[in-house]
Amino acid sequence: MSETRILNRAALGELIAALTAAGQRVLAPVEDDGRVEFREVTDADRLALDYVQTVTSAKAVVFPRFERMLRFAMRGKDVTVEEVPPASPPTVLLGAHPCDAASFATLRAVFTWDSGDAYCEPKLAALTVVGLSCARGDDFCFCTSVGGGPADARGCDILLSALDEKTYRAEILTERGRALVDLAPGAFQPGAGAKPRPVAAILPRFAAAELTEKLPELFGDASVWRQQSLRCLGCGSCAYVCPTCTCFDIQDERSRYDAMRVRTWDACGFGHFTLHASGHNPRGKQSERWRQRVMHKFAYQPARLQVLGCVGCGRCSRSCPVDMNLGEHLERLAATAAGSE
Amino acid sequence: MDTLQTFASAKLAAGEVKIVIGYQAGSDATRARPAFVSDTAEAASLIYDDRCRQNLAVYLLKPEVRAAGRAAVVCGPATLRTLLQYAAENRIAADAVVAIAVDADGTVTELADLEAVETHVARQPRGLTPEQQAEIDRIDALPLGERWQWWSRELGRCFKCYACRAACPLCYCSRCITDVNQPQWIPVAADPLGNLEWNVVRAMHLAGRCVDCGSCAEACPQGIRIDLLNRVLAREAVVDFGVAAGVSRRKDYALASFKPDDKEEFIR
Repeated sequence: MSETRILNRAALGELIAALTAAGQRVLAPVEDDGRVEFREVTDADRLALDYVQTVTSAKAVVFPRFERMLRFAMRGKDVTVEEVPPASPPTVLLGAHPCDAASFATLRAVFTWDSGDAYCEPKLAALTVVGLSCARGDDFCFCTSVGGGPADARGCDILLSALDEKTYRAEILTERGRALVDLAPGAFQPGAGAKPRPVAAILPRFAAAELTEKLPELFGDASVWRQQSLRCLGCGSCAYVCPTCTCFDIQDERSRYDAMRVRTWDACGFGHFTLHASGHNPRGKQSERWRQRVMHKFAYQPARLQVLGCVGCGRCSRSCPVDMNLGEHLERLAATAAGSE
Repeated sequence: MDTLQTFASAKLAAGEVKIVIGYQAGSDATRARPAFVSDTAEAASLIYDDRCRQNLAVYLLKPEVRAAGRAAVVCGPATLRTLLQYAAENRIAADAVVAIAVDADGTVTELADLEAVETHVARQPRGLTPEQQAEIDRIDALPLGERWQWWSRELGRCFKCYACRAACPLCYCSRCITDVNQPQWIPVAADPLGNLEWNVVRAMHLAGRCVDCGSCAEACPQGIRIDLLNRVLAREAVVDFGVAAGVSRRKDYALASFKPDDKEEFIR
């Protein structure tokens, strides 16, 4: 389904108010201390819709940085175990760029695979995505190399594209998008408007499908991975700002009398990520961990789950303390793979 | 700038070092990236300018870099201090590394051993810039409740990626206390308690050892000013113990030394 409406910038406040009144939690890009991040909003005052990219991705909406799963308590000889039900309030993600919208397909593929995930699935089910085409990009963006684009509608229930300074065209793409319009009918005007403004020019740098096909051949080429990752410090910055990184850890903590089980983000760049209890580490070198990061996203996930583990948002590269530039590295890998034929 | 490149190239050509750890131009005009140069032709790509703020000494303890052989390191003032602190903590041998010192005015000097590094560091200005001091004074001057709010807000952004730890040359424990879970000393969740404990514990473990390179705050993807905690604790360590980090290759550092004539009763 696809029908169009007009959404005036001036009506964003009305839209947010109507959604909030209908019990929806609205998350949108907001500027705080010079940084744009997705935050809960109840009005349009702090919206920062002209952003290029938020520092952290929208994944925390369905996969928060930590989540309590169980509580334990011991009183004398009595032990109680109490499940903490997953919190999944109905949520609208407003003004996310197409890369973030596309990331939910990867998150869904990972968290619904096999037995499913009791914590993430209800949040995915309660989420409506109102995407926003990108007017601007920067040199770190490479969405068009991984199947996306600055006006790509995948993952959006509604996609907004700027017609001019004051007006968006709203493409209603799903039933969920239609339901959202019905919650705030006054905010949307009929019509499609004239041609939307041009979106950011993000030139393709490599072909992801070819890279996926060729990567297994590069697996054993230790020098390639070493050359790219010698400067890697082994922190989790790239994984934690990434919209599609899904690795987590589960730990029990606090005291034996009052404890809880928490799930937290984890990162394959950490040296202890694969450390066995025996002391053996199958990925003992940083270059092997970097290779895993690339292989997982661009070879293993496409093969096993039919999705790429990357949407080309460029956050990992913008945040990297040592300027590891994923787009650049992938471009080199693609060229190396092509040259090895 | 030519001198830096010529130095690097000459050291490699003479076989004195196997690798030069320096900086190359990064992804854009605001970024430099660490470079590991092992052949003379590559030395021409080395740069040193305002972008080159990362403390490269951190790489001297990395097994993958160590495996490359004896190294020369391009050093700003803080990196030189790190070499001395490394020696004081028995991390590097006296002749393990050649320092290529770049002063604030761009002068390049080869420092062949740690004695030369010590002499060079002694000639450099120390202490905080007026801007750095003003920043600390501003937070110090806040009433307790507001100061608590400021730090709660700042540390609230922490999501425990440990980029601060990874970028810090003095955070070299092979098993960090925050990764120990039998017992679990530091709460793992990136919640207010977990974030406070992690950042305060890290700052305490660096008290009297931090050389004030600022790499922790530079590395933080969330822009958290953890360098301020370290800077204040460095000041406290000097006040309480008379020990500044990174001035001597032989100095004991405050929290790991014991003196029979310590002024405190409890420790004797």
